[in-house]
Amino acid sequence: MLGALQERQHATPGGQADSDDIVVGLRNGSATHAERFVRSNIAWMRAVARRILRDDGLADDCVQEAFLKAFGKIDGFEGRASLKTWLHRITVNEALMKLRVLKRLGEQSIDELMPEFDKNGCRIEAPWPSLATTEEIVERKSTRALVLSKIRELPENYRIVLLLRDIEEMETAEVAKLLSLSQSNVKVRLHRARAALKKLLEPLLRGELG
Amino acid sequence: MTGRIGSRLGRWMKGLMLSNLPLMINCKQFESFLVDYLEGDLSDRQRAIFEFHLKICRECRDYLAAYGRTIEIGKAVFADPSADLPDDVPDDLVKAVLEARRG
Repeated sequence: MLGALQERQHATPGGQADSDDIVVGLRNGSATHAERFVRSNIAWMRAVARRILRDDGLADDCVQEAFLKAFGKIDGFEGRASLKTWLHRITVNEALMKLRVLKRLGEQSIDELMPEFDKNGCRIEAPWPSLATTEEIVERKSTRALVLSKIRELPENYRIVLLLRDIEEMETAEVAKLLSLSQSNVKVRLHRARAALKKLLEPLLRGELG
Repeated sequence: MTGRIGSRLGRWMKGLMLSNLPLMINCKQFESFLVDYLEGDLSDRQRAIFEFHLKICRECRDYLAAYGRTIEIGKAVFADPSADLPDDVPDDLVKAVLEARRG
Protein backbone atom coordinates (compact mmCIF):
# COMPACT_ATOMS: atom_id res chain seq x y z
CA MET A 1 0.00 0.00 0.00
CA LEU A 2 1.44 3.34 -1.02
CA GLY A 3 0.70 6.09 1.53
CA ALA A 4 -0.02 9.61 0.37
CA LEU A 5 3.38 10.80 1.59
CA GLN A 6 5.30 8.03 -0.14
CA GLU A 7 3.28 8.68 -3.26
CA ARG A 8 4.27 12.37 -3.10
CA GLN A 9 7.93 11.55 -2.63
CA HIS A 10 7.98 9.99 -6.08
CA ALA A 11 8.11 13.37 -7.75
CA THR A 12 7.17 12.69 -11.34
CA PRO A 13 7.16 9.41 -13.25
CA GLY A 14 10.69 10.06 -14.55
CA GLY A 15 12.15 10.87 -11.11
CA GLN A 16 14.47 13.72 -10.11
CA ALA A 17 16.04 14.34 -13.54
CA ASP A 18 12.62 14.63 -15.13
CA SER A 19 11.46 16.89 -12.32
CA ASP A 20 14.49 19.19 -12.80
CA ASP A 21 13.82 19.28 -16.54
CA ILE A 22 10.19 20.26 -15.92
CA VAL A 23 11.20 23.05 -13.53
CA VAL A 24 13.67 24.49 -16.05
CA GLY A 25 11.08 24.20 -18.85
CA LEU A 26 8.41 25.94 -16.76
CA ARG A 27 10.80 28.75 -15.89
CA ASN A 28 11.51 29.20 -19.59
CA GLY A 29 7.78 29.35 -20.35
CA SER A 30 7.74 26.11 -22.38
CA ALA A 31 4.19 25.05 -23.29
CA THR A 32 5.28 21.42 -23.75
CA HIS A 33 6.74 21.29 -20.26
CA ALA A 34 3.64 22.97 -18.83
CA GLU A 35 1.43 20.31 -20.40
CA ARG A 36 3.64 17.49 -19.11
CA PHE A 37 3.62 19.06 -15.67
CA VAL A 38 -0.17 19.35 -15.66
CA ARG A 39 -0.83 15.87 -17.06
CA SER A 40 1.48 14.12 -14.64
CA ASN A 41 0.03 15.78 -11.55
CA ILE A 42 -3.59 16.65 -12.21
CA ALA A 43 -5.16 13.32 -11.22
CA TRP A 44 -3.70 13.09 -7.71
CA MET A 45 -4.22 16.83 -7.14
CA ARG A 46 -7.87 16.42 -8.04
CA ALA A 47 -8.14 13.52 -5.59
CA VAL A 48 -6.61 15.62 -2.79
CA ALA A 49 -8.93 18.56 -3.55
CA ARG A 50 -11.99 16.27 -3.65
CA ARG A 51 -11.11 14.71 -0.32
CA ILE A 52 -10.88 18.12 1.31
CA LEU A 53 -13.72 19.93 -0.46
CA ARG A 54 -16.20 17.06 -1.00
CA ASP A 55 -17.44 18.79 -4.15
CA ASP A 56 -16.20 17.89 -7.63
CA GLY A 57 -16.80 21.33 -9.15
CA LEU A 58 -15.06 23.16 -6.33
CA ALA A 59 -12.23 20.63 -6.47
CA ASP A 60 -11.67 21.33 -10.18
CA ASP A 61 -11.61 25.10 -9.52
CA CYS A 62 -9.15 24.46 -6.73
CA VAL A 63 -6.86 22.38 -8.98
CA GLN A 64 -6.91 25.06 -11.66
CA GLU A 65 -6.03 27.77 -9.14
CA ALA A 66 -3.32 25.61 -7.61
CA PHE A 67 -1.68 25.13 -11.02
CA LEU A 68 -1.84 28.87 -11.74
CA LYS A 69 -0.25 29.55 -8.40
CA ALA A 70 2.45 26.96 -9.12
CA PHE A 71 3.19 28.47 -12.55
CA GLY A 72 3.43 31.89 -10.91
CA LYS A 73 5.71 30.70 -8.10
CA ILE A 74 7.97 28.32 -10.00
CA ASP A 75 10.87 30.80 -9.94
CA GLY A 76 10.77 30.61 -6.15
CA PHE A 77 10.81 26.79 -6.06
CA GLU A 78 14.07 25.95 -4.31
CA GLY A 79 13.99 22.19 -4.57
CA ARG A 80 14.25 21.63 -0.81
CA ALA A 81 11.18 19.40 -1.02
CA SER A 82 10.27 17.42 -4.14
CA LEU A 83 8.25 19.18 -6.81
CA LYS A 84 5.30 16.96 -5.91
CA THR A 85 5.50 17.79 -2.19
CA TRP A 86 5.63 21.49 -3.09
CA LEU A 87 2.61 21.12 -5.36
CA HIS A 88 0.76 19.09 -2.73
CA ARG A 89 1.20 21.93 -0.23
CA ILE A 90 -0.11 24.48 -2.74
CA THR A 91 -3.13 22.28 -3.52
CA VAL A 92 -4.00 21.77 0.16
CA ASN A 93 -3.60 25.48 0.81
CA GLU A 94 -5.90 26.41 -2.08
CA ALA A 95 -8.51 23.91 -0.91
CA LEU A 96 -8.37 25.27 2.66
CA MET A 97 -8.77 28.82 1.34
CA LYS A 98 -11.92 27.71 -0.44
CA LEU A 99 -13.25 26.14 2.75
CA ARG A 100 -12.59 29.39 4.60
CA VAL A 101 -14.45 31.39 1.97
CA LEU A 102 -17.34 28.94 2.26
CA LYS A 103 -17.10 29.30 6.05
CA ARG A 104 -17.17 25.53 6.39
CA LEU A 105 -14.20 25.63 8.77
CA GLY A 106 -16.13 27.22 11.63
CA GLU A 107 -16.18 25.69 15.09
CA GLN A 108 -18.58 22.78 15.47
CA SER A 109 -18.99 20.60 18.52
CA ILE A 110 -18.08 16.94 18.58
CA ASP A 111 -18.77 16.35 22.28
CA GLU A 112 -21.51 13.76 21.83
CA LEU A 113 -19.06 11.45 20.07
CA MET A 114 -16.39 11.59 22.78
CA PRO A 115 -15.56 8.67 25.09
CA GLU A 116 -17.35 8.56 28.43
CA PHE A 117 -15.83 8.55 31.90
CA ASP A 118 -17.37 8.29 35.34
CA LYS A 119 -16.74 10.92 38.02
CA ASN A 120 -13.51 9.19 39.09
CA GLY A 121 -12.16 9.43 35.54
CA CYS A 122 -12.76 5.72 34.80
CA ARG A 123 -13.61 4.82 31.23
CA ILE A 124 -17.12 3.56 30.52
CA GLU A 125 -16.60 1.20 27.59
CA ALA A 126 -18.65 -1.87 26.72
CA PRO A 127 -16.48 -5.02 26.40
CA TRP A 128 -15.10 -5.81 22.96
CA PRO A 129 -15.34 -9.60 22.50
CA SER A 130 -14.18 -9.18 18.91
CA LEU A 131 -12.74 -6.48 16.70
CA ALA A 132 -13.10 -6.55 12.90
CA THR A 133 -9.83 -6.57 10.95
CA THR A 134 -8.92 -3.80 8.52
CA GLU A 135 -9.02 -6.29 5.64
CA GLU A 136 -12.54 -7.46 6.52
CA ILE A 137 -13.76 -3.88 6.27
CA VAL A 138 -11.73 -2.60 3.36
CA GLU A 139 -12.21 -5.55 1.02
CA ARG A 140 -15.98 -5.02 0.81
CA LYS A 141 -17.29 -2.15 -1.26
CA SER A 142 -20.30 -1.55 1.01
CA THR A 143 -18.27 -1.30 4.21
CA ARG A 144 -15.62 0.85 2.49
CA ALA A 145 -18.35 3.23 1.37
CA LEU A 146 -19.76 3.31 4.89
CA VAL A 147 -16.37 4.27 6.35
CA LEU A 148 -16.00 7.08 3.80
CA SER A 149 -19.48 8.36 4.62
CA LYS A 150 -18.74 8.30 8.36
CA ILE A 151 -15.55 10.32 7.79
CA ARG A 152 -17.66 12.84 5.85
CA GLU A 153 -20.03 13.03 8.84
CA LEU A 154 -17.33 14.47 11.09
CA PRO A 155 -17.61 18.21 11.72
CA GLU A 156 -15.43 20.00 9.17
CA ASN A 157 -12.95 21.49 11.67
CA TYR A 158 -12.12 17.95 12.86
CA ARG A 159 -12.44 16.13 9.52
CA ILE A 160 -9.82 18.40 7.96
CA VAL A 161 -7.26 17.75 10.71
CA LEU A 162 -7.85 13.98 10.42
CA LEU A 163 -7.48 14.18 6.65
CA LEU A 164 -4.32 16.26 6.66
CA ARG A 165 -2.58 14.24 9.40
CA ASP A 166 -3.72 10.67 8.85
CA ILE A 167 -4.52 10.57 5.14
CA GLU A 168 -2.34 13.26 3.55
CA GLU A 169 0.34 12.36 6.13
CA MET A 170 1.41 15.95 6.77
CA GLU A 171 3.45 16.84 9.85
CA THR A 172 1.71 18.35 12.91
CA ALA A 173 3.75 21.57 12.53
CA GLU A 174 2.75 21.93 8.89
CA VAL A 175 -0.94 21.37 9.64
CA ALA A 176 -0.75 23.86 12.50
CA LYS A 177 0.68 26.47 10.15
CA LEU A 178 -1.88 25.85 7.41
CA LEU A 179 -4.81 26.05 9.82
CA SER A 180 -3.38 28.83 12.02
CA LEU A 181 -3.59 26.61 15.10
CA SER A 182 -1.05 25.74 17.76
CA GLN A 183 0.58 22.32 17.45
CA SER A 184 -1.03 21.18 20.69
CA ASN A 185 -4.41 22.25 19.36
CA VAL A 186 -3.81 20.18 16.20
CA LYS A 187 -3.03 17.16 18.39
CA VAL A 188 -6.15 17.66 20.48
CA ARG A 189 -8.31 17.95 17.36
CA LEU A 190 -6.67 14.95 15.77
CA HIS A 191 -7.37 12.88 18.86
CA ARG A 192 -10.98 14.04 19.07
CA ALA A 193 -11.52 13.37 15.37
CA ARG A 194 -10.13 9.83 15.67
CA ALA A 195 -12.14 9.17 18.83
CA ALA A 196 -15.32 10.43 17.14
CA LEU A 197 -14.67 8.31 14.06
CA LYS A 198 -14.14 5.27 16.28
CA LYS A 199 -17.52 5.93 17.86
CA LEU A 200 -19.18 6.29 14.45
CA LEU A 201 -17.55 3.08 13.21
CA GLU A 202 -18.32 1.04 16.33
CA PRO A 203 -21.09 -1.13 14.86
CA LEU A 204 -18.77 -1.98 11.97
CA LEU A 205 -15.76 -2.59 14.23
CA ARG A 206 -17.82 -4.82 16.49
CA GLY A 207 -18.98 -6.83 13.49
CA GLU A 208 -22.60 -5.88 14.08
CA LEU A 209 -23.19 -4.76 10.50
CA GLY A 210 -23.55 -7.29 7.69
CA MET B 1 -28.84 -6.12 37.46
CA THR B 2 -26.43 -7.56 40.07
CA GLY B 3 -23.76 -7.67 37.37
CA ARG B 4 -24.30 -4.03 36.54
CA ILE B 5 -24.02 -2.99 40.19
CA GLY B 6 -20.92 -5.18 40.52
CA SER B 7 -19.30 -3.62 37.48
CA ARG B 8 -20.16 -0.11 38.70
CA LEU B 9 -18.67 -0.89 42.11
CA GLY B 10 -15.59 -2.39 40.50
CA ARG B 11 -15.18 0.70 38.34
CA TRP B 12 -15.59 2.97 41.35
CA MET B 13 -12.90 1.09 43.27
CA LYS B 14 -10.61 1.10 40.25
CA GLY B 15 -11.17 4.83 39.85
CA LEU B 16 -10.23 5.48 43.48
CA MET B 17 -7.09 3.38 43.17
CA LEU B 18 -5.95 4.92 39.87
CA SER B 19 -6.59 8.46 41.02
CA ASN B 20 -4.83 8.15 44.37
CA LEU B 21 -1.86 5.79 44.06
CA PRO B 22 1.51 7.23 43.03
CA LEU B 23 2.67 6.75 39.42
CA MET B 24 -0.82 5.86 38.30
CA ILE B 25 -3.14 7.72 35.99
CA ASN B 26 -6.85 7.30 35.53
CA CYS B 27 -8.48 6.58 32.16
CA LYS B 28 -9.25 10.23 31.50
CA GLN B 29 -5.59 11.16 31.97
CA PHE B 30 -4.61 8.16 29.82
CA GLU B 31 -6.83 9.58 27.08
CA SER B 32 -4.92 12.87 27.05
CA PHE B 33 -1.61 11.03 26.42
CA LEU B 34 -2.88 8.94 23.51
CA VAL B 35 -1.75 10.96 20.49
CA ASP B 36 1.70 11.60 21.95
CA TYR B 37 2.02 7.90 22.83
CA LEU B 38 1.19 6.83 19.28
CA GLU B 39 3.61 9.38 17.84
CA GLY B 40 6.41 8.35 20.19
CA ASP B 41 6.44 11.81 21.81
CA LEU B 42 6.17 10.73 25.47
CA SER B 43 9.19 10.83 27.78
CA ASP B 44 10.41 7.45 29.09
CA ARG B 45 8.71 8.09 32.44
CA GLN B 46 5.42 9.12 30.84
CA ARG B 47 5.49 6.10 28.53
CA ALA B 48 6.12 3.74 31.45
CA ILE B 49 3.15 5.21 33.36
CA PHE B 50 0.95 5.03 30.24
CA GLU B 51 1.91 1.41 29.56
CA PHE B 52 1.38 0.41 33.18
CA HIS B 53 -2.15 1.78 33.00
CA LEU B 54 -2.65 -0.21 29.81
CA LYS B 55 -1.61 -3.40 31.63
CA ILE B 56 -4.12 -3.00 34.42
CA CYS B 57 -7.08 -1.49 32.55
CA ARG B 58 -9.11 -3.75 30.26
CA GLU B 59 -11.33 -0.89 29.08
CA CYS B 60 -8.38 1.22 27.92
CA ARG B 61 -6.73 -1.79 26.23
CA ASP B 62 -9.93 -2.44 24.28
CA TYR B 63 -10.33 1.24 23.57
CA LEU B 64 -6.77 1.62 22.26
CA ALA B 65 -7.17 -1.44 20.02
CA ALA B 66 -10.38 -0.06 18.46
CA TYR B 67 -8.88 3.43 18.20
CA GLY B 68 -5.79 2.08 16.41
CA ARG B 69 -7.95 -0.01 14.10
CA THR B 70 -9.98 3.09 13.25
CA ILE B 71 -6.81 4.92 12.14
CA GLU B 72 -5.74 1.95 10.00
CA ILE B 73 -9.12 1.67 8.36
CA GLY B 74 -9.26 5.40 7.62
CA LYS B 75 -5.90 5.21 5.86
CA ALA B 76 -6.82 2.02 4.04
CA VAL B 77 -10.09 3.28 2.54
CA PHE B 78 -8.32 6.28 1.03
CA ALA B 79 -5.41 4.17 -0.20
CA ASP B 80 -7.91 2.28 -2.34
CA PRO B 81 -7.75 4.07 -5.73
CA SER B 82 -11.45 3.53 -6.43
CA ALA B 83 -12.28 5.54 -3.27
CA ASP B 84 -11.75 8.91 -4.89
CA LEU B 85 -11.26 8.22 -8.59
CA PRO B 86 -7.77 9.66 -8.87
CA ASP B 87 -6.33 7.84 -11.85
CA ASP B 88 -7.88 9.27 -14.99
CA VAL B 89 -6.47 12.45 -16.52
CA PRO B 90 -9.39 14.83 -17.15
CA ASP B 91 -8.69 16.30 -20.61
CA ASP B 92 -11.17 19.17 -20.26
CA LEU B 93 -9.57 20.30 -17.03
CA VAL B 94 -6.06 19.95 -18.46
CA LYS B 95 -7.14 22.15 -21.37
CA ALA B 96 -8.74 24.72 -19.04
CA VAL B 97 -5.58 24.93 -16.91
CA LEU B 98 -3.33 25.39 -19.93
CA GLU B 99 -5.63 28.04 -21.42
CA ALA B 100 -5.75 29.92 -18.12
CA ARG B 101 -1.94 29.80 -18.02
CA ARG B 102 -1.74 31.43 -21.45
CA GLY B 103 -4.01 34.10 -19.99
